[in-house]
Amino acid sequence: MAKKIVTALLGAAVLGMGAQAAQADTLSDVKAKGFVQCGVNSSLAGFAAPDAQGNYAGFDVDYCKAIAAAVFGDATKVKYTPTTAKERFPALQSGEVDVLARNTTWTINRDTALGFNFRPVNYYDGQGFMVRKSLNVKSALELSGAAVCVQTGTTTELNLADYFKANNLQYNPVVFEKIEEVNAAYDAGRCDVYTTDQSGLYAIRLTLAAPDDHMVLPEIISKEPLAPAVRQGDDKWFDIVSWVHYALINAEEFGVTQANVEEMKNSPNPDIKRFLGAEADSTIGADLGLDNEWAVNVIKAVGNYGEVFDRNIGAGSPLKIERGLNALWTKGGIQYAPPIR
Amino acid sequence: MAAPASMASGRTERPPSSLLNDPKIRGIIYQVVTALVFIALIYFIWTNTLENLRRANIASGFGFLSGRAGFDLGQSLIAFSSDSTYARALYVGFLNTLLVAFTGIITATVLGFIIGIGRLSKNWLIAKLSTAYVEIFRNIPPLLVIFFWYSGVLAVLPGVRESIALPFGSYLNNRGFAFPKPVFAEGFWLVLAALLAAIVLSLVLRRYSLNRRMATGRGVPILWPSIAMIVAFPVIAYVIMGAPLSFDYPVAGTFNLTGGSVVGPEFISLYLALSFYTASFIAEIVRGGIRAVPRGQSEAAEALGLRQGYTTRFVVVPQAMRIIIPPLTSQYLNLTKNSTLAIAIGYADLVSVGGTILNQSGHPIEIVAIWMVVYLSISLLTSLFMNWFNSRMALVER
Repeated sequence: MAKKIVTALLGAAVLGMGAQAAQADTLSDVKAKGFVQCGVNSSLAGFAAPDAQGNYAGFDVDYCKAIAAAVFGDATKVKYTPTTAKERFPALQSGEVDVLARNTTWTINRDTALGFNFRPVNYYDGQGFMVRKSLNVKSALELSGAAVCVQTGTTTELNLADYFKANNLQYNPVVFEKIEEVNAAYDAGRCDVYTTDQSGLYAIRLTLAAPDDHMVLPEIISKEPLAPAVRQGDDKWFDIVSWVHYALINAEEFGVTQANVEEMKNSPNPDIKRFLGAEADSTIGADLGLDNEWAVNVIKAVGNYGEVFDRNIGAGSPLKIERGLNALWTKGGIQYAPPIR
Repeated sequence: MAAPASMASGRTERPPSSLLNDPKIRGIIYQVVTALVFIALIYFIWTNTLENLRRANIASGFGFLSGRAGFDLGQSLIAFSSDSTYARALYVGFLNTLLVAFTGIITATVLGFIIGIGRLSKNWLIAKLSTAYVEIFRNIPPLLVIFFWYSGVLAVLPGVRESIALPFGSYLNNRGFAFPKPVFAEGFWLVLAALLAAIVLSLVLRRYSLNRRMATGRGVPILWPSIAMIVAFPVIAYVIMGAPLSFDYPVAGTFNLTGGSVVGPEFISLYLALSFYTASFIAEIVRGGIRAVPRGQSEAAEALGLRQGYTTRFVVVPQAMRIIIPPLTSQYLNLTKNSTLAIAIGYADLVSVGGTILNQSGHPIEIVAIWMVVYLSISLLTSLFMNWFNSRMALVER
């Protein structure tokens, strides 16, 4: 028995030491090891999923690449840690990953009690429901008595309980740890309803045996601002992750694209020149601890926000998700970035 | 660390050398030093963990357990809603673990004994079927057995609308097994009391028969009178109280069957998988135990004129049990610990619920500590019980 306790405590100590190691400056750690360790979803089409060649691709994956491009000028210097909803937070807390770009909702609890920092929302999402068309359900309010498939350890699980309680509806939760298991259970008819972020529902619908037999209900029952997360207490790294997103937004605003970024360096617009580090005596990168051309590298690697969106989840992808709230603030959305000045 | 006292006890005279050369003193010093190092290590680990948690800005402590859970659970033996506390959620998970472990242990034991004895059967077919069973289930990882039941058997059952209707108003579909729920009216207590009385009377009868057999060599029949009492007493009570029992039958609702009781496919597949898997090991233990009883024992019993059945019951099995019980305990512990595989199919056991709480509240160290303490306690209690049982079954040397 004593032996078991020692093993247990040693385990706890190791966990503690991991946290200690992570306390060192993340940027230096990343530069020293030569790559960014990025926590991503294990499999969510459009956001992070292995493609036909087995390489990770998707919206969140592009953020990982963009961060690597900003730090190293090379988008391939990134390694991915696929995580389940449950594994993601310990992975970041223990220092196993440097940044979590895993369609993760920013909540006060995660920002404070869990010891993380979130800032730029890279996707404004909301929770929805998907059902079989054959059930003839037109609204989530008709779902009383249904069996609902949901992934454990998510805000989804909590919103679901709150929504059904608030509307005085009964339901039977069918809970799994891995998204693949939830998909399989829903597809096999173990439950009537699948609930997760609406973007996820569109992605998952395409992976079902017969996508046309399923529909996403109109209700959005929650705010799900998805944001990359880093550990608290390392402002420098937090700044880099935040400004990579702001660079993508600013690039879209300026009309800087993957194709024209090199010519844009010679733009007569001083805002654009400053953004791309083409001004004389620029400290735009040095202040972040990066190369002055960091924004150029980011855009060369993945394009601007609009390009990242379209390629992975928008009009240029099988998902065809509308920009909606994620359009630029100048185009009716709420994606807005502080100026680069 | 051997007891130094026994080493020194044989000595009559202390040698005139340094205290350090005295094995007794040296033994004590070694033990004290080891204990101090051990305590220092624990202290270091403890403070280091707390310090690191503080530096990583992670809140720690068990206070979070009284917070509102906020999530619902699919399977629960007690009332639970999203307004209940985290602690209650863990309790639900704990009860679910106990449920699957307890039912699994009973089924695995019964099945294991049948298969184990089957392997020793002189009937060729029974022996070969039992061997095949053991070799198949013993050589597949338990997780695959769970998936076999969950994805291979239960998931391919028809959907709710095409449920297979079974006798007594019960249904089988890919969402589990729905059966009528008994509703106990007032006065049902008498039926239970009658059943209890019948059981007690049967035990008294057995004791009487045994005493008589010891005294006169001839007992009284016990089997049929006992069965008669256990059936008749509750039936009479039921009639007297005017049938105080009704059933709530499952009926088709909009989405699911409503009413009645439902056992989900998660529980069924976990229960079946753990039972079938562990039974294969128990079968081998039983076979080994029976084989280990020397042939001379049954030959001697035969020579005394004991019938085959009596030879097995009073000569072979009691001696075999002595060998069977200790490894059986290990299998019970294995089954309990394997029940944590529930997480793969979403059965709300302690680990699964704890994992949800760990993630929703962000207290991994506390939850892992609770897991370890609970499983350690279940295992130690099982061991204690089995040790007690073993000492009862041990041969009394005369």
